[in-house]
Amino acid sequence: MSKTYMRKEIRLSGSGGQGLILAGIILARAAVQERYRVAQSQSYGPESRGGASRADVIISNDDIHFPEATHFDVLLALTQESCDKYLFDLKDKGILIADTTGVKNIALDSSNIYELPFTDIAAEKLGTILPTNILSLAFLVRKTGLVSEASLRKGIEQSVKPHYIKLNLKAMKLGFKLADDYGKTD
Amino acid sequence: MPKKTTKKTTKKTEELDSIVLMQGNEAVARGAVDAGVNFFAGYPITPSTEIAEILSRELPLRGAAFIQMEDEIASICAIIGASLAGAKAMTATSGPGFSLMQEAIGYAKITETPCVVVNVMRAGPSTGLPTSPSQGDIMQSRWGSHGDAPAIVLYPDSVKESYELAIRAVNLSEKYRTCVVLLLDEVLGHMREAVRLPDLRKHRVINRIKPTVPPEWYKHYDENQKYLSPVASFGEGYRFHVTGLAHDATGFPTGRPAEVADMMARLKKKITSNIRDLVQIESFHMEDAKIAIFAAGITARSAKSAVMMARAEGLKVGLLRPLTIWPFPDDAVRKMLKNVETVIVAELNQGQFLREIARLIKDKDDSDIVPVRRVDGELITPAQILRIIKEVN
Repeated sequence: MSKTYMRKEIRLSGSGGQGLILAGIILARAAVQERYRVAQSQSYGPESRGGASRADVIISNDDIHFPEATHFDVLLALTQESCDKYLFDLKDKGILIADTTGVKNIALDSSNIYELPFTDIAAEKLGTILPTNILSLAFLVRKTGLVSEASLRKGIEQSVKPHYIKLNLKAMKLGFKLADDYGKTD
Repeated sequence: MPKKTTKKTTKKTEELDSIVLMQGNEAVARGAVDAGVNFFAGYPITPSTEIAEILSRELPLRGAAFIQMEDEIASICAIIGASLAGAKAMTATSGPGFSLMQEAIGYAKITETPCVVVNVMRAGPSTGLPTSPSQGDIMQSRWGSHGDAPAIVLYPDSVKESYELAIRAVNLSEKYRTCVVLLLDEVLGHMREAVRLPDLRKHRVINRIKPTVPPEWYKHYDENQKYLSPVASFGEGYRFHVTGLAHDATGFPTGRPAEVADMMARLKKKITSNIRDLVQIESFHMEDAKIAIFAAGITARSAKSAVMMARAEGLKVGLLRPLTIWPFPDDAVRKMLKNVETVIVAELNQGQFLREIARLIKDKDDSDIVPVRRVDGELITPAQILRIIKEVN
C-alpha cells in the first residue's frame, strides 16, 4: 500500500478555563490510538482563567517537525476574540466550528462553517457548561472524521478524572448526535 | 520530499499500549528518575513546574527525597549539599530562577560537585512572558556565573530527546564532577508527543567513582587522576574540605599561584580534552547543502520543516543542530560549514548563536551569515525561514 504524506493541523481556541488544552490532549491521545504521529502544543497567558488560550494538535503519518498549527484544517472557536484572530489562517477548504454562545459574528462565508451554541446546549442538556470542550470536540470529530468514536472515547477515558468520565462520555454522545442532526431540522 | 516507509506491523494491543502521549517536562522527570536522581530540591516556576510536580510524587515513592525550597538560591544550594553527601541531585527552574542560581552554579563548578540544573527557558528579561518561548539564555547558560569556568549545556528538540538528554546530563555531571545545565524551550516543556516506551528503556547510567584508598590518603581533588578522580561523600569516613575559595588538592584554601593555576587548568581541561565525548551534533540533509541553517532546540524543528519545504522545491538546504551547545562544537561546525555558501542562523533571541558562527567562519563575508531572529514570544515559523532561504538562494 503506497502512502501519501498527510499532515492535519487542528487549532482549538477560546479563553483560559474552557478546557481547550484538555480537549487537545484528548484528541492527541485518540490519534495515538489510530497509530498516527502527533504533536500537541499550546499557548496561553499567565492567568489560570480568562485570557486567550489555544491548543494545537498536529496529526500526521510522518515525522512532525514544526509542532504548531499555522494553516488550519480545522479550527474550533469558542470565543469571538479567538474566531477573529485565527479565522483567516484557515485553509481554503478548512472547517470552522464556532460556538455561537460566544461567537456572534463570523467574517467569512463558507459551506465549511458549523455554528452551534455549544455552551448553551451544555448548560441546558448536561446541566453544566463544564463539558463544553468535549461536546464541541465530539462534534468536530464527527464532522471531520479525524478519529473514530472508539478512539475518542479511549482518549477521554485516559485523560479525565475517573468521576468525570461519565459526564464527559455523555457530552461526547451528545456532540455526535448534534453533528448527525446538524442542518436536518430548524 | 523523501518519504519514510513505515514497517508493516500487525496491530497488537500491547504494542499500542506502549505508545504514550508524553509532555517534555514529564520526559525530563522520567529521565531524572531513570538516571538515578534521588534528590530534588526546587521552587516551582512556569514553565518548568511539571518537573517538580512529577518528581514530588515519584521520588518519595522510591524512598528518595523531594524538597520544595523557599527560593531558587536555597534550591541549588540544597542540591549541592545533597550531592556532597552522595546523592544524585537535580533542580529545575526558569529565567528568573536561573538568574538567582548563577552564583551557586559557580560554587558547584569550583568545588567539582556533580549536579544538574534544568532551565526551561521563557521570554525575559525579568518576569518577561512566563508562558512564552525564548532562547534568551544561550549565553547565560555559558557565562552566567562569575569567574571563568567552562560549562556543559545540553539542549534537546523533542520529547524523546528530553528524556535522553536528561539522563545524559546526570551522567555527564557524575563523570566530569560538575554542574550540567539542561536547557529546554517553553514549547517543548509543555508540548506532548507520542513516545514509544520501549525507546525509553535503552539507557546507561554513570555513577561517580568511589575512593578505595585508606581515608588518610584520600584527596578530594586528586591531581594525578584528573577529572575521573574518585569522590568520597560526607559520612563515609573520608575527611575533606569543601570551599568556594580557590583550593589545593585537599580542598583547603590556597592563594599560591601555582596551586590556583593547577585548579583552574583542571577545571578547564576536563572539558576541553574531552570534546569528542561531550559534543553531539545532528546533521540534517547537509550532504549536498549549499545553504545551511544553524538552529537548536525548538527552532531546529521550525528549521527542519523549512528544509523539507525547500528540498521539495529543489533547493539544496540542510540543517546543523547541536545537542550539546556548550562546549560549542567548534570543529564539527567548521567542518560541516566548509562547503556551504550561506549560513542562516535561526534563534529566538537577538543573535546569540550568531556570534559563535561568525567567530568560526572567517572565510565568509558578513553577508553570507544571515540571522533569523524573533523575540516576540512566538516561534519562528518554517515559512519565515523558507522566505530567507529563497532570498539568499
